[in-house]
Amino acid sequence: MAYLQLRGIEKTFGEQRVIKGVNLEVQPGEFVVFVGPSGCGKSTLLRLIAGLETATAGTILLEGRDITNLPSSKRDLAMVFQSYALYPHMSVYENMSFALKLAKADPALIEEKVSRAAKILNLNDYLMRTPKELSGGQRQRVAIGRAIVRAPKVFLFDEPLSNLDAALRGQTRIEIAKLHRDLGATTIYVTHDQVEAMTLADRVVVLRDGLVEQVGTPLELYDRPANQFVAQFIGTPQMNMVAAANLKALGSKSGLKIPEGGYVGLRPESVILVAPGEGEFEAKVELVEALGAETLIYVSTAWGAQLVARQTSRTPLTAGANVGVKIDTSTAHFFDAKGRVAAVN
Amino acid sequence: MKRLLPRLLMAPAIGTLFLWMIVPLVMSIYFSVIRYNLMQPDQVGFIGLENFEYFITDPSFMTATMNTLLLVGSVIVITVVFGTLIALLTDDPFPGRNIVRILLISPFFVMPTVNALLWKHMMMNPIYGVLAQVWMFFGFTPVDWLTDWPLWSVILIVSWQWLPFATLIFVTSLQSMDREQLEASRMDGANYLQQLRYLYIPHLGRSFAVVVMIEMIFLLSVFAEIYTTTGGGPGDASTNIAFLIFKQALLNFDAGVASAGALFAVVLANIAGVFLIRMVGKNLDK
Amino acid sequence: MTQLQINLAMKVLRTILSWAVALFLFFPLGWLVLTAFKTELQAIAVPPLLIFTPTLENFTIVQERSDYMLYAQNALITSIASTILGLMLAFPAAYSMAFFKGKHTKDILMWMLSTKMMPAVGALVPIYVIAQTVGLLDTRTALTIVFTLSNLPIMVWMLYSNFKDIPGEILEASRMDGATLWQEFRMVLLPLTMGSLASTGLLCLVFSWNEAFWALNLSAAKSGTLATLIASYSSPEGLFWAKLSAASFMAIAPIVVFGWFSQKQLVQGLTFGAVK
Repeated sequence: MAYLQLRGIEKTFGEQRVIKGVNLEVQPGEFVVFVGPSGCGKSTLLRLIAGLETATAGTILLEGRDITNLPSSKRDLAMVFQSYALYPHMSVYENMSFALKLAKADPALIEEKVSRAAKILNLNDYLMRTPKELSGGQRQRVAIGRAIVRAPKVFLFDEPLSNLDAALRGQTRIEIAKLHRDLGATTIYVTHDQVEAMTLADRVVVLRDGLVEQVGTPLELYDRPANQFVAQFIGTPQMNMVAAANLKALGSKSGLKIPEGGYVGLRPESVILVAPGEGEFEAKVELVEALGAETLIYVSTAWGAQLVARQTSRTPLTAGANVGVKIDTSTAHFFDAKGRVAAVN
Repeated sequence: MKRLLPRLLMAPAIGTLFLWMIVPLVMSIYFSVIRYNLMQPDQVGFIGLENFEYFITDPSFMTATMNTLLLVGSVIVITVVFGTLIALLTDDPFPGRNIVRILLISPFFVMPTVNALLWKHMMMNPIYGVLAQVWMFFGFTPVDWLTDWPLWSVILIVSWQWLPFATLIFVTSLQSMDREQLEASRMDGANYLQQLRYLYIPHLGRSFAVVVMIEMIFLLSVFAEIYTTTGGGPGDASTNIAFLIFKQALLNFDAGVASAGALFAVVLANIAGVFLIRMVGKNLDK
Repeated sequence: MTQLQINLAMKVLRTILSWAVALFLFFPLGWLVLTAFKTELQAIAVPPLLIFTPTLENFTIVQERSDYMLYAQNALITSIASTILGLMLAFPAAYSMAFFKGKHTKDILMWMLSTKMMPAVGALVPIYVIAQTVGLLDTRTALTIVFTLSNLPIMVWMLYSNFKDIPGEILEASRMDGATLWQEFRMVLLPLTMGSLASTGLLCLVFSWNEAFWALNLSAAKSGTLATLIASYSSPEGLFWAKLSAASFMAIAPIVVFGWFSQKQLVQGLTFGAVK
């Protein structure tokens, strides 16, 4: 049986339906990431689980117990907020021990738990400081520490890395992954950054407009997106979308059944640039981004589409050069006119 | 419970304020249409708009209205103009700026009665007052301010008290001025006057409006300064609407007429208030 | 002159000018303070004395007049009581509006502001009649109530605009940490809002202390505040400026100092947050 279960969750703010019926099961110890564009309802969904909002319809079960109408303080969940929400008038130690103090835990036990968490997070030297005196990364760690100390049933993270600079974000991401591996705690993590989702998650939940678009492991989403939205949301640079009408020739040549009025989705690595005349169609190089380990080449086709190709080898091509485009049909994705995955062959 | 609690918490403040507003208003309206003189408690009864007629046709009414407008208008002009100048003057850091600001703001915290007496006696006394001494030093005849220029004396006193307020608002507002914008304008070749015209004044625009509105509301009911200095006199020379109502109510004991006048003052203040509320409301949306 | 020298000259000029303006505007107040330490004869000396041997006799005389103590006591009691009462009413209201923002929150705030538009004189007769009817005329209770109510909108606004700047996530974090409503209030909200409570209270204290309109009209010998005592010096008979100055000095000194500390809040409170 699932550890945490959402059944038909709905939430309306005034006239606006933010969550339109979400069902989800989370297994114990699992790291689940909610991802989606801003306004998709991922944060609201997390806040519903946290008990900071009350669901308009549906039930939330934790360990089989209905917690839909339980106040947050009774749910035994811990949350790391986007702004960290540290108590500015308390020291780091007091911040981390606050929940245990409220729960009237034994002071010796509190001491032990806090110092253990502080050791894990490298906060030992800062315990007596106030949040004001810490750097952004340290505050972030205190916020995580505050959650760890409680050993809650579920960890909730609400875009915890969005206030950090790029270098620190990468580093903290790795730390969170390591932490999860060590503690094995059930975690729900909200982000709009699909890289975070891909790197951290056991399973990713892609949300759009208050509905679940797809649930799956990161690679499942990458390799078998359920629809055009997921396909384009996951992966950088975005998957190329070519209107099927432009690829009729390709269809007849390779025997692929290209959906009428639909789209063909091509990962950048499925677009292969060759000498002019040797590919399926011709294109002109617009821009070359040499990143060292990989090279991104932006080309435009005669019929006006923009495509991006990714290759691991370096290229002598420069802007304005004419190239042929070959397509790795084995990794192409096919979508019908409504953006759903079309059955192929 | 999620909805009940917030309401419960607001209820005491809202309830008391509602009573504070509605009870006097309703009573004023009631008193204003009856015969109600505290000295003649036996004469009562509905008299329609007679009190209003009496209040408005009273020759003092025109004088008081003019005085009110003159007082409010002059003080606003004086405080806004000088407040802006002082704020601009003290905007950039200089040695002792904090002390200067403290000196500048102090008069605002002086209670109106002290303020009025300080000016009445020690500044404006025609024989011993500081101003008289200065006049004599330069060989002029000292002026008997409160007798010869009663309204302007009151205006001076009130302006002295409200100038710090305007200055403080403008100083605060200038602090939020975008420094990069000023630097950009310097790169564009703007001199100080052009900066003043195109950057500072537009930036202060909102504060000008706020100062005008707030001062209007407070100055419409200037009372203590008049009460302690001129007592509204000589004659009606320095009587404003607020003081006229006071005279009707507590000197002539005619609560009916006073209430009619009060309603007039409420209408006057609310005209200014509507604009202020609009402006603040816009600010809330941000 | 080089540009650097011009800049320096401008700065010197501005400094001198700023100081001159400040001293000029402060002069009446400074004069009051000086006069408070003069003898009555020195106070009306021609030409005015700038240098003299200061004396404390005025303060002793003013203090010995027992009614001064009574007025001071009245002022202290009414302003402190109205401040506490006001905070007790305003705090929950502002908390509710800032953290449980509803559809009508803005309307309520606007309406509160609008009650401030009602000029005091408009309510004079009704309030006087009510106070007389229930026997509260010339009592500290009446003044306290009136001061509280006339300051309440400003207090709610000041607290509200301060509370709004506290991230709601901090309160949510405490709820996640298992705090009850009371614990949330006592251990998180109260420590965080102490500063704004203090400055709001301070400003309110200043207003009540200085209030003259209601004090003059609702009180007499029994419950008069310092504002009314000072006003009674307005009669021209007898030139006792030194004593008047001493009394005034004692009446305004604490409040002016308070005022210096609450300048910033004053701007927020008086402009209802429209100027930042």
